[in-house]
Amino acid sequence: MSSPLSSTANAGGSLLEHWRVLLCESAKHVFSTMLGAQITTPEQPDIEVVPEVTAIVGLAGQLCGVLTVRCGAACATQIASRMLGVAIEEASANQCDAVAEVCNMVAGNFKAKIGMEDKCMLSVPTVITGCDYQFHSLVSGTRMEVPMIFEGEVVWFTLEVRE
Amino acid sequence: MSSIRALIVDDSSVMRKIVERCLRQAGLDLSDVREASNGLEAIALLKENQFDLVLSDINMPVMDGLEFVRNAQQIDSAKGTPIVMITTEGGEKHVMEALSLGAKGYIRKPFTPDQVKDHVIPVLRSQA
Repeated sequence: MSSPLSSTANAGGSLLEHWRVLLCESAKHVFSTMLGAQITTPEQPDIEVVPEVTAIVGLAGQLCGVLTVRCGAACATQIASRMLGVAIEEASANQCDAVAEVCNMVAGNFKAKIGMEDKCMLSVPTVITGCDYQFHSLVSGTRMEVPMIFEGEVVWFTLEVRE
Repeated sequence: MSSIRALIVDDSSVMRKIVERCLRQAGLDLSDVREASNGLEAIALLKENQFDLVLSDINMPVMDGLEFVRNAQQIDSAKGTPIVMITTEGGEKHVMEALSLGAKGYIRKPFTPDQVKDHVIPVLRSQA
C-alpha cells in the first residue's frame, strides 16, 4: 500500500507545504477549542525548546508515522491549567496527561483534514518526561516541524511519516 | 431534567475532568459521577451500578470503546443506558460501527461545552 506522499511524489514539495499548513491549523484549532487560547507562529522559526515533556502518538495504516508534541515543563503545566480551568498550582500533576491529549487531538484533527480518517489509526499517547533522551523513529521518511507560541513559550509539533 | 448519574470512560484523567465540567456547564444536575480509564473498568462499574448516561472514548488500552459498547449491551441492567462516544477517531467507519453497536451519539474531540450539551441533552430527553 502506498502512502499519500509517495503516490503524489511529483507534487511532494507542495503537498508537504500544504500538510504543514494543515498541521498548524490543527494545532490552532485544538488550542482554541480546548484551552480557549490562541497560538501563533513564531517570528524566529528556529527557537530552541528544552523538551521536558514529549507526547507521542503513532499513526498506522495508509499514513504511517508519529506525531510528537514537545514543550517545557512550565508550558505543559500551563496547558493543563488552561484545559482544566484550574490554577497553575493545581495543574502540575496533570501536565503529562494534558500534553498527551493535545497530541492525540492534533493527530486526529490533522488526519481528518488530509482525508485519512478511516485509512489511518492512532495509537494511545505515550509521554516522555525529561530532556536527556534521543528519539529514534523506525519511520524513515519525511519530517516536518511546526513551532508555535503559546503564552510566550514555544511548543513544537513534529510529524514524521513514511514515504 | 432530574438528577443524572453519569459514567465517564477515558484513559486520560484530564479528559474525564473536562467532560464532567462540560456536563455541569450544560446545566445537568449530576448526582453521581463515576470514572473508568478503560472499557473493562467501565463494564465492572456498569454491572454494579445504575447510570443515566455513559460517555466513552474509543481509543483506550485494555478494552477500547467499541468493545466496551458491545459488552455493555450484554448487561441486562445497562441495556437502556445511553452511551455517547467522545473521541478523536471521527471517521465514518468508526461512527457507523459505534452506532450500529448501540451508541446513541458521537462527539468529536476537540469539542466545546456547547457541543457536548447539544449532543447529550437530546439523548437524555429521548430516554426520559
